Amino acid sequence: MRILKTLGLAALLAATSTLAQAQDLRVGLQEDPDVLDPDQSRTFVGRIVYASLCDKLVDITPDLEIIPMLASGWEWNAGGTELTMSLREGVTFHDGEPFNAQAVAANIDRSQNFELSRRKSEVKSITSTEVIDDYTIKFTLSAPDATLIAQFADRSGMMLSPKATAEAGEAFGLNPVCAGPFKFKERIQQDRIVLEKFEDYYRADEINFDSVTFLPIPDTTVRLANLRAGDLHMLERLAATDLSSAEADDGLNVEKATSLGYQGITINIANGAAAENPLGQNAAVRKALSLSIDRNALNQVVFEGAFAPGNQPYSPTSPWYNADFPVPERDVDAAKALLAEAGFADGVTLEIQVANNPVQTQVMQVIQAMAGEAGITVELAAKEFATLLADQSAGDYTASQIGWSGRVDPDGNIHQFMTTGGGINDSKYSDPDMDRFLNEARLSTDPAVRKQSYNAAIAKQQEDMPIVYLYHPVWIWALKSGVEGFTPYPDGMIRLHGVSVAE
Amino acid sequence: MLAFLARRIIIAIPTVILISIFVFSLQHLLPGDPILVMAGEERDPDVIAALREKYRFNDPIPMQYLAWAGNALQGDLGISLRTQQPVLELIGEKLPVTIQLAVMALIIAILIGIPAGVLSAYKKGTWIDWVANIIALSGLSVPNFWLGIMLILLVSVKLGWLPASGYMPLTEDPLQSIRVMIMPAFVLGTAIAATLMRHTRSAMLSVLKSDYVRTARAKGLKERVVLIKHALRNALVPVVTVITLLFGELLAGAVLTEQIFTIPGFGKLVVDAVFNRDYAVVQGIVLCTGIAFIFMNILADAAYRILNPRMSQ
Repeated sequence: MRILKTLGLAALLAATSTLAQAQDLRVGLQEDPDVLDPDQSRTFVGRIVYASLCDKLVDITPDLEIIPMLASGWEWNAGGTELTMSLREGVTFHDGEPFNAQAVAANIDRSQNFELSRRKSEVKSITSTEVIDDYTIKFTLSAPDATLIAQFADRSGMMLSPKATAEAGEAFGLNPVCAGPFKFKERIQQDRIVLEKFEDYYRADEINFDSVTFLPIPDTTVRLANLRAGDLHMLERLAATDLSSAEADDGLNVEKATSLGYQGITINIANGAAAENPLGQNAAVRKALSLSIDRNALNQVVFEGAFAPGNQPYSPTSPWYNADFPVPERDVDAAKALLAEAGFADGVTLEIQVANNPVQTQVMQVIQAMAGEAGITVELAAKEFATLLADQSAGDYTASQIGWSGRVDPDGNIHQFMTTGGGINDSKYSDPDMDRFLNEARLSTDPAVRKQSYNAAIAKQQEDMPIVYLYHPVWIWALKSGVEGFTPYPDGMIRLHGVSVAE
Repeated sequence: MLAFLARRIIIAIPTVILISIFVFSLQHLLPGDPILVMAGEERDPDVIAALREKYRFNDPIPMQYLAWAGNALQGDLGISLRTQQPVLELIGEKLPVTIQLAVMALIIAILIGIPAGVLSAYKKGTWIDWVANIIALSGLSVPNFWLGIMLILLVSVKLGWLPASGYMPLTEDPLQSIRVMIMPAFVLGTAIAATLMRHTRSAMLSVLKSDYVRTARAKGLKERVVLIKHALRNALVPVVTVITLLFGELLAGAVLTEQIFTIPGFGKLVVDAVFNRDYAVVQGIVLCTGIAFIFMNILADAAYRILNPRMSQ
């Protein structure tokens, strides 16, 4: 129903906003995106550009339902090992090449086999693709994989012109050719990315701008100053500390959505010799650390209450959140009791590494003070992010404050972190029950069945706590008043369908 | 003069080679693994292995250096690991931006620094001297980033006179280009102006005490002629040295200024490249900066000879 409303609103806006034609929309980004090749790129901010440049097989609604985009429909076979997709007809790429089943097959092949592809693990389960007819394609999987459709709602599902990828190879990102509402015009690294309206776009009536310019402005104060000065129409990731001032500004509107991601403390449990410490060896100490933290106070102090306190890989508003384990209240006495029970009545000392940016450092300083009151002395090691990541991956750490940008499918927020041998399981946590819950959750496409598995996995996670979850960031967009039709999505993207600017 | 220039350029070659070796080694001492950063959030082991192989990270560092140097000699500085753009193209894109910023900042610094220095030397011990000193000192002590943000808030947000940030190429719209760049150039220039003012002042003070200035005055020359033609011209020799040294400071200062005003120049490129461990870009930029610095020094030596022909003998 929500979808219909959104679409209806979009159509209405499209119909009424012909006055707002001949416009350039200027969007302030927090960072400069990396290479503009969906198979190669890795940054969150790059995906914001793709939302205007490259349409995907499927999209999501603000409620995370998966809806058709370039695919018009799909069905699974009974065993969940074959996915047949029907494709939208009459779609062309920016270079005029037709979009069809052959193009989809070529795209999957590139994601799987291109030397520099970062998408390999996302489409690993596909063993073969079969072009049934021009607008029908069948994927055969090695095993049931409920996560695949959600992958198609992101970079793995972005369709690139096969002619352009064949011609440009590695250099495709210098001049990307997709099938989105805007086509690539120019990029000056660290300055701007300019896209212009694609006249043959299949939903052209929903697009109200002749061009869109993305301007990376990393300093949040300067980004907001640009918006206020009228140099931008909108910006993404407003700092939580600027929220109240932006809300009080009559010239600005603010939109928010709780992100799919989280921030937490990853604990080294069995990743080399550095795991030999009270925190790594005792779940009770980890639970004590978690209990010593007042997550609401943390949110108030660092983020002026704008973010969402959390204790699971899913935010409390997510359908996958296990309500049996609500965000715990701070309980210093219980934390001390747990420590004493584990044999550390005199307290413990541990080092936590944190990225050396002001916000994350402040988060950890608040936690340091809170944990100290429960007898847990936290020493902070502030490291530049590349170093932090290398140390964490190599097992050269006790605990690490790090986050995850989040995925549409619940699997993406937990499987690789908690299963034995998981690609980013830097804790090296391993538990046969956890492996079973998380692997089973991949097998069924029935949300109710999957929910049971995830509930069990969360219960186990609360018991063993290889990651202490802290909070879920909230995406905050600030828009110049007059920018209308913008819908906030939990994936943090900016979808320009139906957006217009009233002069 | 030509022989002098040729000699200086030949001497500069080993320096350039040393710089490149030094930077190459230093970069590899940086903690953190560039491939982990590049592999993306998932850090897929297959992807990591493929990237390591592709970008020769499995080779020993001296081999990596030789491969890089071999390509560099043929004018190929590699590609940015982050955006796939050729480094040479990036440098060609960013160099004019930073040069424009640096030149505008230098002009502002000279326009403020030299007259202030002359004035405060001439009016030594009076209130004019004190005011000039206080302004110079505050120019030195106020941090770039603070002044930058304050100016943006005042001039762009409150008054709406100038754009808050961004860039416009000089060739596309010269007026807009200067409008966008004037605020950052001012921020960058004021810090340098202070140093320039102090040096001009002390050079002028010593020159004003010299015999020929007294002689010039005794001849009955106008005070303005004494000051500008006789005193300042001689006082400028050490000031030119300072200006060339300050050019290095300008490039360094540009790193911060470009971050604040989001100017897509050299400084911003190098900072982002270091954080992303984009080795080829860092290497290429440092090499170019080194060459630019050496070139500025050669120019300074040539300028001495023009200002003071006795130096060529």
